[in-house]
Amino acid sequence: MSQQAVNGVSHRGRVLTLDSMNPNVKRVEYAVRGPIVQRAVQLEKELKEGVKKPFTEVIKANIGDAHAMGQKPITFFRQVLALCSYPALLEDSKFPEDAKQRARRILEACGGHSIGAYSASQGIECIRQDVAHYIEKRDGGIPSNPDNIYLSTGASDAIVTILKLLVCGEGRDRTGVMISIPQYPLYSAALADLGAVQINYYLDEDNCWSLNITELRRALSAAREHCNPRVLCIINPGNPTGQVQSRQCIEDVIRFAKEEHLFLMADEVYQDNVYAEGCQFHSFKKVLFEMGPEYSNTVEMASFHSTSKCYMGECGFRGGYMEVINLDPEVKAQLIKLVSVRLCPPVPGQALLDLVVNPPQPDEPSYATFMKERTAVLSALAEKARLTEQIFNTVPGITCNPVQGAMYTFPRVTLPQKAIDKAKELGLVPDMFYCMRLLDEEGICLVPGSGFGQREGTYHFRMTILPPTEKLKVVLQKIQEFQLRFTQEFS
Amino acid sequence: MWNMTQLEYGTLARRANQIKDELRQGVRRPYKEVIDVFQGDLHKAGMKPLTFVRQVLAACVYPPLINSSNLPLDVRQRTQEELRRCVGGSVGEGNVCGLMMWKKHENASPRTGVLIPVPCHNKTVLSIMQLGAVAVPYYLSEEQGWALQVEELQRALESAKGVCNPVALYIINPGNPAGYVQSQKSVQEVIRFAWEKRLFLLVDEVYQDCVYGENCEFVSYKRTLSEMGPPFSGTVELASFHSVSKSFSGEYVCGLRAGYVELVNLDPAVMKYIHTLFSKDSCETVLGQIALDLMMDPPKPGDPSYLLYKQVVNSLPGFSCSPIEGGLFAFPRLHLTPKAIQKAKELGLQPDTFYCTRLLEEGGVFTGPGWEYGQKEGTYHIRYNTSRDVMEELLRRLSSFHMTFMKDFS
Repeated sequence: MSQQAVNGVSHRGRVLTLDSMNPNVKRVEYAVRGPIVQRAVQLEKELKEGVKKPFTEVIKANIGDAHAMGQKPITFFRQVLALCSYPALLEDSKFPEDAKQRARRILEACGGHSIGAYSASQGIECIRQDVAHYIEKRDGGIPSNPDNIYLSTGASDAIVTILKLLVCGEGRDRTGVMISIPQYPLYSAALADLGAVQINYYLDEDNCWSLNITELRRALSAAREHCNPRVLCIINPGNPTGQVQSRQCIEDVIRFAKEEHLFLMADEVYQDNVYAEGCQFHSFKKVLFEMGPEYSNTVEMASFHSTSKCYMGECGFRGGYMEVINLDPEVKAQLIKLVSVRLCPPVPGQALLDLVVNPPQPDEPSYATFMKERTAVLSALAEKARLTEQIFNTVPGITCNPVQGAMYTFPRVTLPQKAIDKAKELGLVPDMFYCMRLLDEEGICLVPGSGFGQREGTYHFRMTILPPTEKLKVVLQKIQEFQLRFTQEFS
Repeated sequence: MWNMTQLEYGTLARRANQIKDELRQGVRRPYKEVIDVFQGDLHKAGMKPLTFVRQVLAACVYPPLINSSNLPLDVRQRTQEELRRCVGGSVGEGNVCGLMMWKKHENASPRTGVLIPVPCHNKTVLSIMQLGAVAVPYYLSEEQGWALQVEELQRALESAKGVCNPVALYIINPGNPAGYVQSQKSVQEVIRFAWEKRLFLLVDEVYQDCVYGENCEFVSYKRTLSEMGPPFSGTVELASFHSVSKSFSGEYVCGLRAGYVELVNLDPAVMKYIHTLFSKDSCETVLGQIALDLMMDPPKPGDPSYLLYKQVVNSLPGFSCSPIEGGLFAFPRLHLTPKAIQKAKELGLQPDTFYCTRLLEEGGVFTGPGWEYGQKEGTYHIRYNTSRDVMEELLRRLSSFHMTFMKDFS
């Protein structure tokens, strides 16, 4: 019986097949939710059905989803959002006055005074103004123009939008986009989807995943042979690697971008997640302007932020923004048109963003609780970052760079040759084989390093540091035990 | 026809916002506020949201409200149910569910073509052009209440020869901007046509809850396809779209951005890639998904309120409007005089944009010009949403403005 007959399709076949599909889609991969997560979901189902396993739960340490791992939301934010969702609560005395005041202000700015209404495609104006003020304050007074702020559905939406504008050309003139290896796979997925040329520059694992200009130069000149490099993407603090770039490094990158006429995309969604001593977040915008008008008037740049990370962790609300610098005014008009097609970013996400950039002030009733909750989240993350690095570095076969920031660890694992051979037999990339076994034996879901990119012949995995401290300790121990067993099995 | 690089696009919206600002600052105009009926956003036009939905959303967002005696019991129970489905019990976590998005299927050459109705929701056209595909227009028959005629589909398909490779047929039912509701017979004809010509059906059914014409009934493509039996039911590839933005009469939560697509008869190998495409965009807002769930399973009894619409416009000279059977909009035809058309040309504007601009400035009503949605050459239309709350005032201002306008350009 033919396959088509089995599928119940007539001899003519379907309109939409792998062959007739957009070929770019085939190249799109997103490891964070890829095959290993599908396997994890399968295991969870089996556990629910009562199937016996060596573990009682699947720990999903694959995705940077704080709330899913038990992190509590910030009370003040949720109060304001509840007030916005159901304004009758404005009469409820149990809600503090500063929450009500913000809710009223947000509702006033919404169509029909409702968060159910569409907003302007660029985002609610007063929220964009608040974002601009936040940026000014953060960057020591350097002006930010609300017209350069575009609210978005998480940072991902804005990142893809800018890439859409930048990618063009055919053949050797096709846009090349420089991305760090390892990288967050949204970038590689978006580039595949848009048919852009991906230009890899390698971060230096032996030096805490630092970025070297010589490596940028090497990648760029090699790329010029076959494409038209126009964009340079940086994630700072880094994902998956967790490094926080020094100020000097940021200056060097800006100088490089100017020399080589590249559009800078600065993904700064982890800007509040900085833990290591001696590390500090420096925004690309601030450094750019402090370098003087020769740079601040010419370098084209887009910076991205989001409500999904930092201390809020509100991934599900899909809040975010980008700030564009030195964008051609005619291009801006096209950008507005482009974002209007998706109508507007979710309004609750915009409202949440407004609270993030406009949190309780010292003289307000909710301040004490807010600061307590914020500090608790960030200090817990810092402690877990330290713990993770410490423990992983005691395990033979695993080496781990300091987790300076963000929410992940990206340790390197030495795999025995026999394991690598076995993986090949099974048609799996070696670190996927490793992670699948870890999942099946311990119920811990990580993402193989191949999903993020790594130097040829090296293997890594990405684990989040989000599970609660006690659970994290258990996870680290189980990985340690698994690593020993695995090494022995394939020795 | 759809020339979206024209700077006119968005100009009216900017001007409308400018006027709103001026009014707020106390500038005197012949009206106190702008009636904004440009989009299908009834909140903007003053419609009140449905309490139950808002209470559940508020409690999901701030779970301590579950213990509040101010909220009804069913709200609190429903909240607990919804939160149980969220990992970690928080709506702040990301989740993957069916989402509303285009499935791209584009070849390098020849270019992919998608058959689109005229008139059509302009976001669709922009999306298609953005993907590098060709929009192939098929004209709905205004004289027959915007009916979709198979002969016209055939003509459109033929017109594509040598220009592109048509692979999909896009339908909006109930319509936008024209407020028709397809009969079951019409739906069957379209399905048969799609089957014969091997077209992928993309059916936008976001207005399925907005049906109020007499003897009109929404029949989903999925149901009709299934009832038609083999060979159609097992072969025609179908994607049906729905949204919380337009549904659930009484609750239009456009701002939450939630919807779904149901896929029928798709190649299983392709489905894998659809999953990947969706996953890289993280997820839809969890609040939106909850709103969607509430929409699918509303409280009982929950009677929808039917929107009533008085056909004032048909009594105005130079105006004609097909019966509005469903959807959220009216799309009446303007019979402009040669003088008016000439004046528009002098100003470098499309004639209906000229009309809408004057209507905004003088009447304080913000509507959409027909050219943005597509229309038969030489015809002009305007689109506005039929929100009941502002309808009376809107019609009053429209009538008054229209009479003056017709006199000025007689």
